[in-house]
Amino acid sequence: MFYRTLLPADVLAQLERMQRAAQHNLDFTPSIRGASRSGYPAMNVGLTPRSVEVFAFAPGLDPASIDVQIEKGVLTVAGERASLAPPKEAQATLHIDERFSGRFRRVVSLPDDIDPNAVNARYRDGVLHVSVSRRETSQPRRIDIQ
Amino acid sequence: MNDIRNQEREESTRTEESPALLPPVDVIEDSGGITLYADLPGVPKEQLTLQVDADTLTIAGNIVLPLIEGLESTHAEVASPRYHRSFTLSRELDTDRVGADFNHGVLRVRIPKKEHALPRKIAVAVG
Repeated sequence: MFYRTLLPADVLAQLERMQRAAQHNLDFTPSIRGASRSGYPAMNVGLTPRSVEVFAFAPGLDPASIDVQIEKGVLTVAGERASLAPPKEAQATLHIDERFSGRFRRVVSLPDDIDPNAVNARYRDGVLHVSVSRRETSQPRRIDIQ
Repeated sequence: MNDIRNQEREESTRTEESPALLPPVDVIEDSGGITLYADLPGVPKEQLTLQVDADTLTIAGNIVLPLIEGLESTHAEVASPRYHRSFTLSRELDTDRVGADFNHGVLRVRIPKKEHALPRKIAVAVG
């Protein structure tokens, strides 16, 4: 339920990545916050009747250095990932350089009914999972007919 | 021929149901060997497979996220639960001494060069 299964092969996944980048530039109504630089971290967002679940795929971080904030209904995840590129003077060659490095910041607008005081964030296997509770009142309630 | 230094081998994964994600990698070569870093967020250690088969290095892993009851996806950038990528290794790499560690979703693989392939200074005779 969390994954799409549309593309037949690896190669197409790569194509899709390129296509998505191109689309961001062509889109007539892009998101006001624009595309995140290199798309790091990639994010999956889901809803349950009781909570909003955000997964940020941010490998290789020190959990203590990740900055998670909720302000005015917007969730911000920020931090920095160090580069592993060898220093210039070292006798080493960087053959493939695809991994993100540097500072990053991504934002997600949350629904209106969230409770900013009931937030849980956990970092595991390189994925930051933020769970934000929704207020009781917005949960479906059964109304008895008299 | 493709090798680890410039291009990964294109691998058809049609046999499996969903297309695998291509993990981004960094490959750094120094005089002693090659170090590869791959981003595999969401993969627990026991779901990671690293395989060296003749001259092919294959990285595969399955993402395991906590199961949440009644979760409906509204936005998904990570669109598959699998990672898969393979590389062709060159002959001077010593595939018997591959070392690897996996931390916070980042895999580090170190493949040393064979003894005879290590750099040797060659004296140039004049005259």
